[in-house]
Amino acid sequence: MTFRPRDPARHPPALAPAYKTSVTRSPRLPLLSLDPGPTERTGPVFRPDDLGQMDADLLSNYGEAAPIGERILIHGRVLDGNGRPVPHTLVEVWQANASGRYRHVRDGYVGALDPDFGGCGRCLTGEDGTYAFRTVKPGAYPWRNTRNDWRPAHIHFSVFGTAFLQRLVTQCYFEGDPLIARCPIAQSIGDPVAVDALVANLDMGQTRPFDMIAYRFDIVLRGRRATWFET
Amino acid sequence: MTELPETPSQTAGPFVHIGLTPGAARTGLLDLGTAIAAEGVPGTRIRIAGTILDGTGTPLRDALVEAWHADAQGRYPPDAADGFRGWGRAACDPESGEWVFDTIKPGAVGDQAPHVALWIVARGINQGLHTRLYFEDEDNSSDPVLNLIEQPVRRDSLIARRTDEAYRLTIRLQGDGETVFFDP
Ligand SMILES: [Fe+2]
Repeated sequence: MTFRPRDPARHPPALAPAYKTSVTRSPRLPLLSLDPGPTERTGPVFRPDDLGQMDADLLSNYGEAAPIGERILIHGRVLDGNGRPVPHTLVEVWQANASGRYRHVRDGYVGALDPDFGGCGRCLTGEDGTYAFRTVKPGAYPWRNTRNDWRPAHIHFSVFGTAFLQRLVTQCYFEGDPLIARCPIAQSIGDPVAVDALVANLDMGQTRPFDMIAYRFDIVLRGRRATWFET
Repeated sequence: MTELPETPSQTAGPFVHIGLTPGAARTGLLDLGTAIAAEGVPGTRIRIAGTILDGTGTPLRDALVEAWHADAQGRYPPDAADGFRGWGRAACDPESGEWVFDTIKPGAVGDQAPHVALWIVARGINQGLHTRLYFEDEDNSSDPVLNLIEQPVRRDSLIARRTDEAYRLTIRLQGDGETVFFDP
Protein backbone atom coordinates (compact mmCIF):
# COMPACT_ATOMS: atom_id res chain seq x y z
CA MET A 1 0.00 0.00 0.00
CA THR A 2 1.56 3.23 -1.01
CA PHE A 3 0.40 6.74 -1.77
CA ARG A 4 0.21 8.39 -5.13
CA PRO A 5 2.71 11.22 -5.42
CA ARG A 6 1.41 14.73 -5.05
CA ASP A 7 0.52 16.36 -8.38
CA PRO A 8 2.43 19.67 -8.39
CA ALA A 9 0.04 21.14 -10.97
CA ARG A 10 -2.79 21.01 -8.40
CA HIS A 11 -0.90 23.17 -5.90
CA PRO A 12 0.66 26.61 -5.77
CA PRO A 13 4.43 26.52 -6.34
CA ALA A 14 6.59 27.42 -3.36
CA LEU A 15 7.75 30.52 -5.22
CA ALA A 16 4.81 32.60 -6.44
CA PRO A 17 6.27 36.10 -6.87
CA ALA A 18 2.88 37.88 -7.01
CA TYR A 19 2.50 36.71 -3.43
CA LYS A 20 5.54 38.64 -2.27
CA THR A 21 6.16 36.89 1.05
CA SER A 22 6.74 33.63 -0.79
CA VAL A 23 9.91 35.05 -2.37
CA THR A 24 12.10 34.77 0.75
CA ARG A 25 10.25 31.79 2.23
CA SER A 26 10.40 29.34 -0.68
CA PRO A 27 13.00 26.58 -0.92
CA ARG A 28 15.05 26.96 -4.11
CA LEU A 29 16.40 23.43 -4.29
CA PRO A 30 14.13 20.60 -5.42
CA LEU A 31 12.18 18.66 -2.81
CA LEU A 32 13.66 15.22 -2.21
CA SER A 33 11.21 12.53 -3.27
CA LEU A 34 10.84 9.93 -0.58
CA ASP A 35 9.15 6.54 -0.69
CA PRO A 36 6.72 6.83 2.22
CA GLY A 37 7.88 4.73 5.17
CA PRO A 38 6.33 4.12 8.59
CA THR A 39 6.87 7.78 9.57
CA GLU A 40 4.95 9.13 6.58
CA ARG A 41 2.26 6.44 6.40
CA THR A 42 1.14 6.84 10.01
CA GLY A 43 -0.31 9.93 11.61
CA PRO A 44 -1.71 11.32 14.84
CA VAL A 45 -4.97 9.90 16.15
CA PHE A 46 -7.50 12.19 17.80
CA ARG A 47 -10.35 11.21 20.09
CA PRO A 48 -13.66 12.90 20.87
CA ASP A 49 -12.42 13.73 24.38
CA ASP A 50 -9.56 15.77 22.89
CA LEU A 51 -12.20 18.33 21.86
CA GLY A 52 -14.68 20.46 23.77
CA GLN A 53 -18.44 20.16 23.35
CA MET A 54 -18.82 23.52 21.59
CA ASP A 55 -15.67 23.44 19.48
CA ALA A 56 -17.52 23.11 16.15
CA ASP A 57 -19.95 25.94 16.90
CA LEU A 58 -18.31 29.29 16.19
CA LEU A 59 -21.66 30.97 16.81
CA SER A 60 -21.39 30.14 20.50
CA ASN A 61 -17.89 28.91 21.40
CA TYR A 62 -16.46 32.30 22.31
CA GLY A 63 -18.83 34.95 23.61
CA GLU A 64 -22.08 35.22 25.51
CA ALA A 65 -24.29 36.48 22.69
CA ALA A 66 -24.56 35.59 19.02
CA PRO A 67 -21.84 37.13 16.84
CA ILE A 68 -22.71 39.76 14.23
CA GLY A 69 -22.86 38.59 10.62
CA GLU A 70 -24.47 36.31 8.11
CA ARG A 71 -25.09 32.98 9.84
CA ILE A 72 -23.81 30.07 7.79
CA LEU A 73 -23.38 26.32 8.00
CA ILE A 74 -20.16 25.27 6.29
CA HIS A 75 -20.10 21.54 5.79
CA GLY A 76 -18.85 18.78 3.54
CA ARG A 77 -16.97 15.52 3.46
CA VAL A 78 -13.32 14.60 3.80
CA LEU A 79 -12.44 11.97 1.18
CA ASP A 80 -9.21 10.36 0.16
CA GLY A 81 -7.99 10.38 -3.40
CA ASN A 82 -9.71 7.06 -3.97
CA GLY A 83 -13.10 8.57 -3.14
CA ARG A 84 -13.37 6.88 0.23
CA PRO A 85 -14.58 8.86 3.26
CA VAL A 86 -11.95 9.62 5.90
CA PRO A 87 -13.68 9.03 9.25
CA HIS A 88 -12.66 10.37 12.71
CA THR A 89 -10.08 12.77 11.34
CA LEU A 90 -9.47 16.21 12.81
CA VAL A 91 -10.70 19.23 10.84
CA GLU A 92 -9.74 22.66 12.21
CA VAL A 93 -10.90 26.04 10.93
CA TRP A 94 -10.05 29.67 11.62
CA GLN A 95 -11.38 32.84 10.12
CA ALA A 96 -11.93 36.58 10.35
CA ASN A 97 -15.22 37.88 11.68
CA ALA A 98 -17.93 39.46 9.52
CA SER A 99 -15.93 42.71 9.42
CA GLY A 100 -12.85 40.96 8.05
CA ARG A 101 -11.00 41.27 11.37
CA TYR A 102 -9.10 38.46 13.08
CA ARG A 103 -8.95 38.06 16.84
CA HIS A 104 -5.17 38.17 16.69
CA VAL A 105 -2.69 40.53 18.36
CA ARG A 106 -1.05 41.31 15.04
CA ASP A 107 -4.19 42.12 13.07
CA GLY A 108 -4.39 45.91 12.98
CA TYR A 109 -7.22 46.24 10.45
CA VAL A 110 -9.76 48.99 11.22
CA GLY A 111 -12.64 46.49 10.86
CA ALA A 112 -14.33 46.02 14.23
CA LEU A 113 -13.59 43.14 16.59
CA ASP A 114 -16.71 41.27 17.67
CA PRO A 115 -16.79 40.52 21.43
CA ASP A 116 -18.80 37.38 20.66
CA PHE A 117 -16.61 35.85 17.99
CA GLY A 118 -13.32 33.99 18.48
CA GLY A 119 -13.00 32.66 14.94
CA CYS A 120 -11.73 29.17 15.77
CA GLY A 121 -13.45 25.79 15.43
CA ARG A 122 -12.69 22.12 15.06
CA CYS A 123 -14.37 18.72 14.89
CA LEU A 124 -13.75 15.10 14.05
CA THR A 125 -15.34 13.78 10.88
CA GLY A 126 -18.15 11.25 11.21
CA GLU A 127 -18.09 7.65 10.06
CA ASP A 128 -19.03 8.89 6.57
CA GLY A 129 -16.31 11.57 6.51
CA THR A 130 -18.73 14.44 7.09
CA TYR A 131 -17.93 17.59 9.03
CA ALA A 132 -19.98 20.73 9.78
CA PHE A 133 -19.37 24.09 11.45
CA ARG A 134 -21.85 26.79 12.41
CA THR A 135 -20.27 30.20 11.96
CA VAL A 136 -20.67 33.61 10.34
CA LYS A 137 -19.54 34.35 6.82
CA PRO A 138 -16.14 36.05 7.12
CA GLY A 139 -15.60 39.49 5.62
CA ALA A 140 -13.03 40.36 2.97
CA TYR A 141 -9.98 42.20 4.30
CA PRO A 142 -7.02 44.18 2.97
CA TRP A 143 -3.47 42.92 3.33
CA ARG A 144 0.00 44.27 2.66
CA ASN A 145 1.20 42.90 -0.65
CA THR A 146 0.68 45.52 -3.31
CA ARG A 147 -0.92 48.71 -1.98
CA ASN A 148 -4.44 47.54 -2.77
CA ASP A 149 -4.83 43.80 -2.30
CA TRP A 150 -7.97 42.37 -0.70
CA ARG A 151 -8.43 38.79 0.37
CA PRO A 152 -11.68 37.22 -0.80
CA ALA A 153 -13.84 35.99 2.07
CA HIS A 154 -12.27 32.74 3.20
CA ILE A 155 -12.09 30.16 5.98
CA HIS A 156 -8.73 28.53 6.73
CA PHE A 157 -8.87 24.72 6.98
CA SER A 158 -6.41 22.23 8.47
CA VAL A 159 -6.96 18.50 7.88
CA PHE A 160 -4.98 15.43 8.99
CA GLY A 161 -6.13 12.22 7.31
CA THR A 162 -4.57 8.96 8.44
CA ALA A 163 -0.99 9.50 7.25
CA PHE A 164 1.31 12.41 8.07
CA LEU A 165 2.01 12.82 4.34
CA GLN A 166 -1.69 13.70 3.84
CA ARG A 167 -1.39 16.73 6.13
CA LEU A 168 -3.08 19.66 4.42
CA VAL A 169 -3.69 23.33 5.15
CA THR A 170 -5.87 25.24 2.73
CA GLN A 171 -8.50 27.96 2.44
CA CYS A 172 -12.10 27.76 1.34
CA TYR A 173 -13.64 30.61 -0.67
CA PHE A 174 -17.28 31.37 -1.42
CA GLU A 175 -19.17 30.99 -4.66
CA GLY A 176 -19.56 34.18 -6.64
CA ASP A 177 -16.88 36.26 -4.90
CA PRO A 178 -15.27 38.61 -7.48
CA LEU A 179 -12.13 38.91 -5.32
CA ILE A 180 -11.11 35.29 -5.94
CA ALA A 181 -9.98 36.09 -9.48
CA ARG A 182 -7.93 39.05 -8.18
CA CYS A 183 -6.30 37.30 -5.24
CA PRO A 184 -2.56 36.58 -5.61
CA ILE A 185 -2.83 33.80 -3.02
CA ALA A 186 -5.77 31.98 -4.63
CA GLN A 187 -4.30 32.57 -8.09
CA SER A 188 -0.89 31.25 -7.04
CA ILE A 189 -2.55 27.98 -8.07
CA GLY A 190 -2.08 28.08 -11.81
CA ASP A 191 -4.92 25.76 -12.80
CA PRO A 192 -8.38 27.42 -12.71
CA VAL A 193 -10.04 24.02 -12.22
CA ALA A 194 -7.94 23.54 -9.10
CA VAL A 195 -8.83 27.04 -7.81
CA ASP A 196 -12.47 26.13 -8.29
CA ALA A 197 -12.00 23.13 -5.99
CA LEU A 198 -11.48 25.65 -3.16
CA VAL A 199 -14.82 27.37 -3.72
CA ALA A 200 -17.68 26.41 -1.38
CA ASN A 201 -21.01 26.29 -3.18
CA LEU A 202 -24.35 27.47 -1.91
CA ASP A 203 -26.22 24.38 -0.72
CA MET A 204 -29.93 25.14 -0.50
CA GLY A 205 -30.62 21.52 0.45
CA GLN A 206 -28.82 21.93 3.76
CA THR A 207 -29.87 25.53 4.41
CA ARG A 208 -31.78 25.80 7.70
CA PRO A 209 -34.90 27.92 7.03
CA PHE A 210 -35.03 31.11 9.13
CA ASP A 211 -31.64 30.24 10.61
CA MET A 212 -28.57 29.63 8.42
CA ILE A 213 -27.53 29.52 4.80
CA ALA A 214 -25.46 26.42 4.00
CA TYR A 215 -22.29 26.17 1.92
CA ARG A 216 -20.69 22.91 0.89
CA PHE A 217 -16.94 22.36 0.76
CA ASP A 218 -15.57 18.85 0.18
CA ILE A 219 -11.92 18.12 0.89
CA VAL A 220 -9.85 15.47 -0.88
CA LEU A 221 -6.65 14.17 0.68
CA ARG A 222 -3.97 12.18 -1.10
CA GLY A 223 -4.99 8.65 -2.06
CA ARG A 224 -3.28 5.36 -2.38
CA ARG A 225 -1.94 3.91 -5.56
CA ALA A 226 -3.81 0.97 -6.98
CA THR A 227 -1.74 -2.19 -6.91
CA TRP A 228 -2.25 -5.60 -8.39
CA PHE A 229 -2.83 -6.90 -4.89
CA GLU A 230 -5.65 -4.51 -4.12
CA THR A 231 -9.20 -5.24 -5.23
CA MET B 1 -10.39 2.61 -8.71
CA THR B 2 -11.76 6.16 -8.49
CA GLU B 3 -9.11 8.86 -8.57
CA LEU B 4 -10.06 12.24 -7.15
CA PRO B 5 -7.54 15.08 -7.42
CA GLU B 6 -6.22 16.37 -4.12
CA THR B 7 -7.58 19.62 -2.70
CA PRO B 8 -5.01 22.34 -3.42
CA SER B 9 -2.89 23.68 -0.60
CA GLN B 10 -2.96 27.34 0.47
CA THR B 11 -0.77 29.25 2.89
CA ALA B 12 -1.70 29.14 6.57
CA GLY B 13 -1.33 32.93 6.58
CA PRO B 14 -0.16 35.22 9.38
CA PHE B 15 -2.97 34.39 11.82
CA VAL B 16 -2.57 30.60 11.97
CA HIS B 17 -2.33 30.84 15.76
CA ILE B 18 -5.99 31.67 16.30
CA GLY B 19 -6.90 28.36 14.70
CA LEU B 20 -4.09 25.99 15.54
CA THR B 21 -2.87 27.29 18.92
CA PRO B 22 -6.17 28.74 20.14
CA GLY B 23 -5.24 28.36 23.81
CA ALA B 24 -2.18 30.57 23.47
CA ALA B 25 -4.03 32.92 21.09
CA ARG B 26 -7.03 32.99 23.44
CA THR B 27 -9.68 32.34 20.83
CA GLY B 28 -11.75 30.16 23.14
CA LEU B 29 -10.48 26.59 22.59
CA LEU B 30 -7.71 24.61 24.27
CA ASP B 31 -4.43 23.81 22.54
CA LEU B 32 -3.89 20.37 21.04
CA GLY B 33 -0.46 18.77 20.70
CA THR B 34 0.97 20.08 23.98
CA ALA B 35 2.02 16.64 25.29
CA ILE B 36 3.76 14.33 22.81
CA ALA B 37 4.58 11.80 25.51
CA ALA B 38 2.68 11.77 28.82
CA GLU B 39 4.56 11.48 32.10
CA GLY B 40 5.65 7.92 32.71
CA VAL B 41 6.05 6.96 29.06
CA PRO B 42 9.32 4.98 28.82
CA GLY B 43 12.21 6.82 27.19
CA THR B 44 14.77 9.54 27.69
CA ARG B 45 13.22 12.95 28.21
CA ILE B 46 14.60 15.42 25.71
CA ARG B 47 13.92 18.89 24.38
CA ILE B 48 14.25 19.67 20.70
CA ALA B 49 14.30 23.30 19.62
CA GLY B 50 15.35 25.58 16.85
CA THR B 51 14.54 28.42 14.55
CA ILE B 52 13.45 28.73 10.93
CA LEU B 53 15.36 31.25 8.83
CA ASP B 54 14.11 32.89 5.65
CA GLY B 55 16.29 33.63 2.63
CA THR B 56 17.69 36.76 4.30
CA GLY B 57 18.66 34.84 7.45
CA THR B 58 15.81 36.34 9.47
CA PRO B 59 13.94 34.01 11.85
CA LEU B 60 10.28 33.40 11.05
CA ARG B 61 8.27 34.57 14.04
CA ASP B 62 4.86 33.62 12.70
CA ALA B 63 5.43 30.00 11.66
CA LEU B 64 3.82 26.90 13.11
CA VAL B 65 5.67 23.60 13.44
CA GLU B 66 4.29 20.11 13.98
CA ALA B 67 6.37 17.14 15.12
CA TRP B 68 5.60 13.47 14.56
CA HIS B 69 7.86 10.73 15.88
CA ALA B 70 7.98 7.16 17.12
CA ASP B 71 8.21 6.04 20.75
CA ALA B 72 11.44 4.75 22.32
CA GLN B 73 10.83 1.34 20.71
CA GLY B 74 10.33 2.85 17.26
CA ARG B 75 6.56 2.32 17.23
CA TYR B 76 3.89 4.76 16.10
CA PRO B 77 0.39 5.16 17.55
CA PRO B 78 -1.90 3.29 17.82
CA ASP B 79 0.77 0.59 18.39
CA ALA B 80 2.98 2.74 20.63
CA ALA B 81 3.38 2.89 24.42
CA ASP B 82 0.36 3.93 26.52
CA GLY B 83 0.24 7.70 26.88
CA PHE B 84 2.40 8.26 23.83
CA ARG B 85 0.70 10.52 21.26
CA GLY B 86 3.72 11.05 19.03
CA TRP B 87 2.42 14.37 17.78
CA GLY B 88 3.14 17.88 18.94
CA ARG B 89 2.45 21.36 17.71
CA ALA B 90 4.34 24.56 18.52
CA ALA B 91 4.10 28.15 17.39
CA CYS B 92 7.38 29.97 16.92
CA ASP B 93 8.03 32.49 19.66
CA PRO B 94 6.66 35.86 18.49
CA GLU B 95 9.90 37.61 19.52
CA SER B 96 12.77 35.16 19.04
CA GLY B 97 11.18 32.82 16.49
CA GLU B 98 12.21 29.78 18.52
CA TRP B 99 10.14 26.58 18.43
CA VAL B 100 10.41 24.03 21.24
CA PHE B 101 9.12 20.50 21.86
CA ASP B 102 9.53 18.53 25.08
CA THR B 103 9.25 14.83 24.43
CA ILE B 104 11.11 11.51 24.66
CA LYS B 105 13.88 10.45 22.33
CA PRO B 106 12.48 8.25 19.57
CA GLY B 107 13.95 4.84 18.84
CA ALA B 108 15.11 3.64 15.45
CA VAL B 109 12.24 2.92 13.06
CA GLY B 110 13.17 -0.28 11.23
CA ASP B 111 16.41 0.50 9.40
CA GLN B 112 15.97 4.26 9.87
CA ALA B 113 17.96 6.06 12.55
CA PRO B 114 15.95 7.83 15.27
CA HIS B 115 14.27 10.88 13.79
CA VAL B 116 11.45 13.37 14.17
CA ALA B 117 9.32 14.39 11.19
CA LEU B 118 8.72 18.15 11.15
CA TRP B 119 6.05 19.95 9.16
CA ILE B 120 6.12 23.73 8.78
CA VAL B 121 3.41 26.15 7.72
CA ALA B 122 3.45 29.94 7.70
CA ARG B 123 2.59 33.07 5.80
CA GLY B 124 4.48 32.89 2.50
CA ILE B 125 4.71 29.08 2.56
CA ASN B 126 2.29 27.80 -0.07
CA GLN B 127 2.61 24.10 0.73
CA GLY B 128 3.45 22.78 4.18
CA LEU B 129 7.13 21.80 4.23
CA HIS B 130 8.16 18.31 5.36
CA THR B 131 11.60 17.84 6.84
CA ARG B 132 13.27 15.70 9.50
CA LEU B 133 15.37 16.11 12.59
CA TYR B 134 18.08 13.53 13.34
CA PHE B 135 20.31 13.41 16.43
CA GLU B 136 24.07 14.02 16.25
CA ASP B 137 24.74 11.50 19.03
CA GLU B 138 23.15 8.63 17.12
CA ASP B 139 24.72 6.58 14.35
CA ASN B 140 23.13 8.09 11.26
CA SER B 141 25.61 6.65 8.78
CA SER B 142 23.38 3.93 7.35
CA ASP B 143 20.06 5.79 7.49
CA PRO B 144 18.45 5.16 4.10
CA VAL B 145 16.69 8.54 3.98
CA LEU B 146 19.80 10.57 4.80
CA ASN B 147 21.67 8.48 2.24
CA LEU B 148 19.16 9.47 -0.44
CA ILE B 149 20.57 12.97 -0.21
CA GLU B 150 22.98 13.18 -3.10
CA GLN B 151 25.32 15.77 -1.63
CA PRO B 152 26.70 14.55 1.74
CA VAL B 153 27.14 18.17 2.84
CA ARG B 154 23.38 18.68 2.73
CA ARG B 155 22.73 15.79 5.15
CA ASP B 156 24.01 18.04 7.93
CA SER B 157 20.99 20.29 7.46
CA LEU B 158 18.86 17.63 9.20
CA ILE B 159 21.14 16.82 12.13
CA ALA B 160 20.38 18.49 15.43
CA ARG B 161 23.32 19.49 17.63
CA ARG B 162 23.32 18.43 21.24
CA THR B 163 23.62 21.30 23.72
CA ASP B 164 23.20 21.31 27.50
CA GLU B 165 19.49 22.02 27.36
CA ALA B 166 18.27 20.78 23.98
CA TYR B 167 18.96 19.22 20.63
CA ARG B 168 19.01 22.27 18.37
CA LEU B 169 18.31 22.52 14.65
CA THR B 170 18.30 25.60 12.47
CA ILE B 171 15.99 25.20 9.48
CA ARG B 172 16.99 27.32 6.47
CA LEU B 173 14.23 27.84 3.94
CA GLN B 174 16.58 28.95 1.16
CA GLY B 175 20.12 30.02 0.38
CA ASP B 176 23.39 28.83 1.94
CA GLY B 177 22.84 25.62 3.84
CA GLU B 178 19.25 25.27 2.62
CA THR B 179 17.49 22.53 4.57
CA VAL B 180 16.51 19.36 2.75
CA PHE B 181 12.73 19.26 2.38
CA PHE B 182 10.88 16.13 1.34
CA ASP B 183 8.14 15.24 -1.09
CA PRO B 184 6.95 12.10 0.67
FE1 LIG C 1 -6.99 34.69 6.27
